This record gives sequence, structure tokens and C-alpha cells, in this order.
Amino acid sequence: MRKVCVAGVGMTKFGRSQKSSIEMFAEAAMEAIVGSSIKPADIQCLYFGNVYGDLEEGQTVMAPYAAREIGLSAGTPSLRFEGACASASVAIRDAFIAVAGGFYDLVLAGGTERELAMGTPLATRAFEMASEAYYEGYAGITFPGVFAMLARLYSKKYGVPLPKLKERMAMVAVKNHKNGAKNPLAQFRNEITVEEVLDGPMIAEPLQLLDCCPFTDGAAAIVITTEEKAKKMVKKPVYIRGVGQGSGAPLYRQKDFTLIESRVAAAKTAYAMAGIEPKDVDVVEIHDCFTIAEIVASECLGLFDFGTASEAVEKGETRIGGRIPINPSGGLKSKGHPIGATGAAQSYEIVKQLRGEFVERGTQVEGAKIGLTDTLGGDSATLVNIIYGIKG
Amino acid sequence: MYKLTYKQYFNALKEGKLLGLKCNDCGSYTAPPKLCCDKCGSISIEVVSLSGKGVIKTFTVIRVSPEGYEAPYIVAMAELEEGPWLMGNLINVDPDKAKMDNIIGKKVTVSAKVLPKMNYTPDEGVTPAFIITE
Ligand SMILES: [Zn+2]
Repeated sequence: MRKVCVAGVGMTKFGRSQKSSIEMFAEAAMEAIVGSSIKPADIQCLYFGNVYGDLEEGQTVMAPYAAREIGLSAGTPSLRFEGACASASVAIRDAFIAVAGGFYDLVLAGGTERELAMGTPLATRAFEMASEAYYEGYAGITFPGVFAMLARLYSKKYGVPLPKLKERMAMVAVKNHKNGAKNPLAQFRNEITVEEVLDGPMIAEPLQLLDCCPFTDGAAAIVITTEEKAKKMVKKPVYIRGVGQGSGAPLYRQKDFTLIESRVAAAKTAYAMAGIEPKDVDVVEIHDCFTIAEIVASECLGLFDFGTASEAVEKGETRIGGRIPINPSGGLKSKGHPIGATGAAQSYEIVKQLRGEFVERGTQVEGAKIGLTDTLGGDSATLVNIIYGIKG
Repeated sequence: MYKLTYKQYFNALKEGKLLGLKCNDCGSYTAPPKLCCDKCGSISIEVVSLSGKGVIKTFTVIRVSPEGYEAPYIVAMAELEEGPWLMGNLINVDPDKAKMDNIIGKKVTVSAKVLPKMNYTPDEGVTPAFIITE
């Protein structure tokens, strides 16, 4: 296997966009291409994440149009990856495999999504499509509903009374908004308080509005290449040290899903490939689609013992400057969650963290050498973990 | 190849019969149905009637619903006597009075709720409807 690096990265402002999904992707992609000191025609393949283009814009088969929009040639393959909210991370992992295995030297990976074009009722329905359709969907389950049930399982299993757990969940939202307020690309740049979270409208009990990430438009892209090429393209190449992906069963088969088996397996694979342990990780972008999701994920990734992560949040261990900073970008909660793009936006954040580019923004994790992304698709069906490092 | 398809499972559920699969190799039960035993992967499985009794493990009150559903309603997961978990609706508790103490751990029986064909569904659907019995 060859050593693989990320060269340039690009990302649009997240929020409501007047641009099409392809226009957003093209801007993020061109930023990544220009940042890699290459030309679009140098790209050998496009790995493209998008989930609901048909429902949002009446557009399927978006990958080839996106490829030609940014000047890739008629002979350049383009592949669409759909792994629900983890689509871009699935694309990045596959791009890594293609470069590591020697088939391509230079690929573009990322994704785009224009969720706000749908409106809340259709968007809620669309997201529900990523739950199992026959034995979960007909119950009228929603994504907030899934994580609401998870919060209650967690409270019961670990004996954290629900009011206490809800307060700690609110602290996750407060932390991520605090980080996101400093991120010019974030959808929500306002700081919030625990009281505001606990006073918000109920979405799926016990989850309230500010426990939930928003619907978002946005795109992100990264250029993936060999170590040798990356060294010529950018001053600070960032290595992809390990990747892992898992497939989760529907929730009713997982039963107690406070331990998400696909995540534990994906993380184990990624850590083993990178030759590191959870304690070696300096900075993490976690899939905080809901506040409880960040708590549970941090345990499945081995960053905290099972049942202890909510207390760690309260102690400030996941803040920037804490033992293991989680979501310095603001996370899905504050930065936003355009599902086809989210994994690439996590990668964007980690790559820049490892290059030390966020000092001015005030969210640099000092001395970060190893970073981890965690992306969840569906209600835990597709799980991707990617480990990045400044050394190969 | 399939011993029990979703349609056969739904049709039985509609008539008040909860079906599952019992594995001839490991003895465990699988429900809702799938091609093979959920525990060991064996295809030596047979269709059996389940007791339709279980306990609620977790739940939520949906306040913002997807297209085609009217909030508020309770989605819950129950563990059946035979081991499998089902997701469905809890129908005999007022959503405004649903609290952990009066729901989690309570015994339920499984009946059925039928949903008409909607946008993006292939046909009518059937979901377990849980009824607290204690
Ligand atoms: Zn078996």
C-alpha cells in the first residue's frame, strides 16, 4: 500500500444557499484544486457524495455534471456515493483505497447537498428514508426520534438521571456553538446557553430544538494523492493514516444501541491501520447530529469509557484546551449538516487543524498531530472513521 | 428462499398474529423476518408464532413529524419474550403524559396499526402497535 496524503481542501459557507448543488460543489472543488497547485484536468477520478439531489432539485446522476462543471475531461470517471449522512466520508475512504492501491495518483473527493430546498416536512420525511423503511419507517420514526430513544436507553443503562443527562447534552450544544461562533463558514455563529437549550421547543422527547443539528446547504471537497506528489503540491501535506468503515443493522436488530457496533468496528479498523490508540488522538470531528450522538460516539471511539462521556462534557474535557477537543469547527450542530458534504467538511477541519491554520480564528488545537473524523450515515447503518496525521 | 417475506409478516400482523423465525441450528428467534437467522446466519429456519408479549425498553414522543404522519405520537421499542426487539407505536398512553417511569419496563402486548400507501411507499404498511397491559 502506498502512503496517501490530502493536498488542497475546499469548503463553501454552510447555511441557506442561492446556488445549486453543483455550483456549491464546484466552488469547494476549485478551492481544493487551486490549493493543490494543479489543474482540473490533472484529476483522474471524482468521488462525489450526494444523497437527496432528486428530492431537492429534481436532479439525479449529478457526479458527471459536477465533473464537467469544474473542467474534468470526458474521459474522467465520476462516481456518486450514497451513504446517507456519511456519503462524503465513504467517498473519501474509497478515494484513499484507489490511491493507496496504485490505481490512481490524484483524485478529488467530496460532496454537496441542498437540503433547505425541501422544506421541513419533506426534509424530515427524506431523512426518515435513511431509517429502515419497512420495520421502522411505518412507525413514523424520525431521526430526532431515534436519538431521543437512545438518550433514554443511555439514561437507564448508566443510571444518569434524565434531567442530569439533558443538562450535559445541552452543554454539548453550548460547546459546539461556542466553537462554531468563531468559524466564518458555520451556519449558526451565535453562542447559546444551557437554559436556552432546555427552554427550546420539543422535537422528539427528550430532544429539544437546540439538541438537533439543522438542515443545511453546502459543499466540501479535498484532493487526495500520493505522498510523493503531495510533497510537491503543498507545503504541509496531511497523511491519511487509517480508514475504517462498518455496516450497522437496523436498530431493532441492534437492540441496545448505546453501543453502536458498526462504529466500534470501524474505529477499531482505522486505529489498527494507523497503528495508534484512542489516547493518541489530539483532535476529533464527531458526528454530532444530536447532542446525545456526540456523547455516545465519543465512547464508541474509545475516547471515554462507556457511560462516562456525559460527565466528561460537564468537566470540560471536550472543549478546545481540554483533554480531547471534540468538534472545534462547531460540529454538525453549529457548522451545519449538508449530508452529502459533511464528511468532507470534517476532513477540511481536521486537515487545517493539523496544518495549524486556525490560530487566528481562535479555535486551533495547539500542537495537534493526529486527528480523527467520525461520520454516521442513517441511524447507524454506515459508519466511517478516518485518521489523519502530520507524519506518515 | 425466503421463509417469511415482509408482506407475509405484515398480513399476519394485520390479523393479530405476530410471526417470527426460529433457528434449527442455534434455537434463537428472529423478528421481524430476514433471510437467515439473525444470530448465526443459518438458513435452516422455520416460521413460528410468537407470544406477542414483551416489555418497553425505550420510547419517544414525536412532536415534529414527517410528511404523512400527525404529531404527537409515541414511537417505542419493545423486547419480546422470545428475545427480538420491535419498533412500533405505543397506542394506549396519552403522549402528553408519557414519562420514563410510567412506560419503560412496562409489559405490553403487540397489536397492529395499518398505514395507507403514501408518497414514497410501495404499498400499505403495517407497524406494531404496543398496548401496555399493567
Ligand atoms: Zn441461528
